[in-house]
Amino acid sequence: MFFLLKYIGKYKWFATLAPLFKMLEAIFELLVPLVVADMIDNGIGKNDPQHIIICGLLLLALAVLGMAVSITAQFFAAKAAILSTKDMRRDVYAHIMDFSEASMDKTGASALLTRLTSDLNQVMGGINMVLRLFLRSPFVVFGAMIMAGTISLRALALFAIVIALLGGFTAILMHTTIPMYTNVQNRLEGLITLTRENLEGARVIRAFVRDDKEREEFDRRNDRLRANAYKAGGYQSFLNPVTFVLVNMGIVVLLYTSGLQVNAGTLTTGEAVALYNYMSQILVELIKFANLIVQITRAWASVIRVREVMEMTADERSHIPDDEPFDLSCETAIDFSNVTFSYNKNESRNALEELTFCVPKNSTLGIVGGTGSGKSTITRLIRHAYDASAGTVRLFGRDVRRVSDSELSSIISNVPQKVTLFSGTVAENMRLGNKDASDEEIIEALKKAKAYDFVMEKNGLATEVAPGGTNFSGGQRQRLSIARAIVSHPKILILDDSTSALDAATERALLGELMAQKELTIIIISQRSTSVSWCDRILVMEDGWCIGSGTDSWLIKNNEVYREIVEAGR
Amino acid sequence: MKKLYLYLKPYMPAILVSMLFAGISAAASLAVPIYAGRTIDCMVGIGAVDMPGLLLILRTIAGVALTGAASSAISGRINIRISTTVIASLRRDAFGAMTRLSLSEIDSHSPGDLQSRIIADADAVGDGILLGFSQLFSGILTILGTIIFLFMISPAIAPVVVILTPLSLFTARFISSRSKKYFTQQAEVRGELTQFCQEQVEAQRLLHAFGAHERSKTDFNEINNTLSDVSLNATFFSSLPNPSSRFVNNLIYMAVGMLGALYAISGGITVGALTSFLAYASGYAKPFNEITGVWTELQNAVVCAGRLFELMEMEPEKETGNEKAEKVKGDIDIRAINFSYDHVKPTITDFSLSVKKGAHVAIVGPTGAGKTTLVNLLMRFYDPDSGSIALDGNDVSKYTRRSLRSSFGMVLQETWLREGSVRDNLTLGRSFATDDEITEAAKLTKAHDFIRKLPDGYDTMLSSDGGSLSQGEKQLLCITRIMLSLPPLLILDEATSSIDTRTEQKIQGAFRRMMQNRTTFIVAHRLSTVRESDIILYMEGGNVKEQGTHEQLLAAGGGYATLYKNADYHAANGG
Repeated sequence: MFFLLKYIGKYKWFATLAPLFKMLEAIFELLVPLVVADMIDNGIGKNDPQHIIICGLLLLALAVLGMAVSITAQFFAAKAAILSTKDMRRDVYAHIMDFSEASMDKTGASALLTRLTSDLNQVMGGINMVLRLFLRSPFVVFGAMIMAGTISLRALALFAIVIALLGGFTAILMHTTIPMYTNVQNRLEGLITLTRENLEGARVIRAFVRDDKEREEFDRRNDRLRANAYKAGGYQSFLNPVTFVLVNMGIVVLLYTSGLQVNAGTLTTGEAVALYNYMSQILVELIKFANLIVQITRAWASVIRVREVMEMTADERSHIPDDEPFDLSCETAIDFSNVTFSYNKNESRNALEELTFCVPKNSTLGIVGGTGSGKSTITRLIRHAYDASAGTVRLFGRDVRRVSDSELSSIISNVPQKVTLFSGTVAENMRLGNKDASDEEIIEALKKAKAYDFVMEKNGLATEVAPGGTNFSGGQRQRLSIARAIVSHPKILILDDSTSALDAATERALLGELMAQKELTIIIISQRSTSVSWCDRILVMEDGWCIGSGTDSWLIKNNEVYREIVEAGR
Repeated sequence: MKKLYLYLKPYMPAILVSMLFAGISAAASLAVPIYAGRTIDCMVGIGAVDMPGLLLILRTIAGVALTGAASSAISGRINIRISTTVIASLRRDAFGAMTRLSLSEIDSHSPGDLQSRIIADADAVGDGILLGFSQLFSGILTILGTIIFLFMISPAIAPVVVILTPLSLFTARFISSRSKKYFTQQAEVRGELTQFCQEQVEAQRLLHAFGAHERSKTDFNEINNTLSDVSLNATFFSSLPNPSSRFVNNLIYMAVGMLGALYAISGGITVGALTSFLAYASGYAKPFNEITGVWTELQNAVVCAGRLFELMEMEPEKETGNEKAEKVKGDIDIRAINFSYDHVKPTITDFSLSVKKGAHVAIVGPTGAGKTTLVNLLMRFYDPDSGSIALDGNDVSKYTRRSLRSSFGMVLQETWLREGSVRDNLTLGRSFATDDEITEAAKLTKAHDFIRKLPDGYDTMLSSDGGSLSQGEKQLLCITRIMLSLPPLLILDEATSSIDTRTEQKIQGAFRRMMQNRTTFIVAHRLSTVRESDIILYMEGGNVKEQGTHEQLLAAGGGYATLYKNADYHAANGG
């Protein structure tokens, strides 16, 4: 609740004016029965046509005023709902963008996406509804009760009882059905997962001749969903009949006591009509209210989901920023001393074990090893995507924890295994890390990455990149992503298995260009020994341990695993 | 519509009962104001209230209210029952149809499209048609009832209400047609925002690494602000029909009240009757509004039903034979097959191949050469346009697809894992494998090494995309899956493409043992796996250009030889 209030609070004027105007609308509506009562008692009762016309004009005025305030209220409500969700969306997005790699790995993109889009849309609809209608109903209901009270105190008590009974009943019903609806939602999700799996895995499922088992499983889940939906809907379907009975019983009692009072002269016929009208108004309003509750419940569930994201820790790393600039004259570009790391503190296995190495400035380091040997983990620690569990990582002599992220990204460019290109032009993609890069700089980088020719064959820098870069081949995408890294003029360039789709000749030419670059320390990760063989130094990783380091020829002579890797490549 | 009727047919009696009760309930809610009006007429003045008469009417009201509520509860419950059951059976049939669809249908639709038909459309049909229909029914009933009652009470004023009220409807219509423009705008900007978020959030790590996340925030805010402006218009204008139609209603209410009161002075109508009349007048607009809402929902439901039935009628895989492929040896004879996906551009032309049991066939060639098409044809995911494929001398079309497919073990480059434990994923082809068998197979493929290190070992839950597993690890799981079922023929389509060369080397032994005496088709771009095959097919542009052993093809100096020279294998050799 506090979370929501924080955002709505900024637009508190809109948020209070909306229900306030709604209240005015309700008051105007509530005056109608009084006018009608007057019309009956003083107009018809006293045979005064003029009075009837005055009353009619009064009704007209109420209608006009009602519409005016109602539209004003809608406007304020829309404004409050939309502006506060806009802020919420902005903050959620900013929070997500601030996520460290560890947080991102933990949550995954798809969960975040639904919250940014459909959940926040629900929230917006919900706030709007609450401001517009949810508060109107209590105004009308209690207003009708109070108005009834001005006519007859005995009626007031009756109204209070009916409202209390209805309120109690609705509350109990909500309390029972909300968990049921959550359940329905979860079951539905199970069904969706199964459907998606069957569509995406159609070939595998058919190859294993499992389609009958899949249908059985679907039937099972489908039936459970049906049972749950039936149960929840069954409870929900009581709401309207019970409201109907309670209000009508109220009307019966009301009319009976009114009869007695009219007989005794303590109530006029017109007043009796007014009381009856108020009770009817309550009925209409409550039925509307009940239908709203379902929507509000859903929106509330979305608020909770959105809040969850905001409560996630964006960054679990330790930062001890200082204002010292990098001393780029430092001879050691990267320095790992006794670094141990594990992704999960409860896991017995470490992803890296007591790793110590340093990379001299402007040299090249190759890292080879099998799946899960810890190669990529090393680059994550260099980039301070994670904190080392023990030991220190230094770049140009500075502990990475002392360097701010923006400073880090200004000296390191990482080319990850999986290429990501954005929709937009090639030039826009190239300017990702250096938004002021000139066309010349970009062309130079494209040439170095051996991407210039195929880009020019298309439409040059203005070539449109399809979402996901699908209009380029795998090898072309890799080269574009390398070019993009060069455009930022990094001091340290990390190529994380990012030449795998290139043929040997292109790869060699590309790496040769990069090596010729001055002031650049290069780290190359690969499963192939050929990609790293010419590096100044090569680390051989296995199971988190560095089991050998040296030049290609030295390792071939002295390192069994390296030899195996070289052999395996043949 | 007719097909939908078939789904509703078993429930027709129930639907009729529900309609009957809905009718009773509508009548009851209409009757209350009449009786209430009569009680008012009993309250003539001080000392002149007809208490016995009043009590009698009140008893009737109570009875009517109870009957109405009971009827509405019964009809509501019946409706829920029918709608949930109909939704479930629509879904079951749609899913069943989907699992039987021909692969060409599945390949030509996006998974999201088919999924939303099975899930969302089924809901829309069930809710829309059934609940919509019952609301429409009781709405019409209420309108008719109201008109009858109005004329019964006062034929003089009734026309005022009956004629004027639809005005409110037109007002609402008029305004909502105006707001449509803003809604389209809103939908567009929302789409834009979704696409932006998708791209950026998925690339978040990259943006961060490039320090571009701050700029991404700025770009996002721009779209977010536009969305907010557009939404404001859409929401505000869409909220106008309600107050406007309420305004029109209030005007009618005023007119009826005034005319009625004047009429009452002249004795044309009693006060009680006027009260009932006013109650009807204010309630008269409601069913109209509801019907408009229901109408759009119904239209939507009909569209959804169309999509749903379209799915059910898509081309299923047809069985061409009913023999079971049993005791399969593994001789494959392909004779002069031609195949095209779109019946325009041929993918495979006049291809023949004969392999004996236990032979290993490698298929190589540049991307798009039709290598995977061969897999599709062998598994009968697609059938050749002409020519034939025979297994053990019998045309494969004589066999049921199921029995044919269970003779093949298939590992694809695109790994497919499902939500469930590692164990569930491994036993996909053999549900009753024992723990020992599973571990043994996993040890052979070296998958055991990393599974052991997962938080819950073999019971670790995986998400649909395999979660934190690397692509290589996922491939190891898929290979282990085949190791557990071991059918007589194997298809390995780039099965080890993401596994590092050293691990690949380590599992070579297991692979060899698995492939021993099994006819195996290997699609690969790493030529090291290919060299030892009995036959190598070099494909290019949909044709098998060269066919022979490694040595023969090298000697021939054709496409294979060129590919071989350029491949990473050569680079590795040449250092």
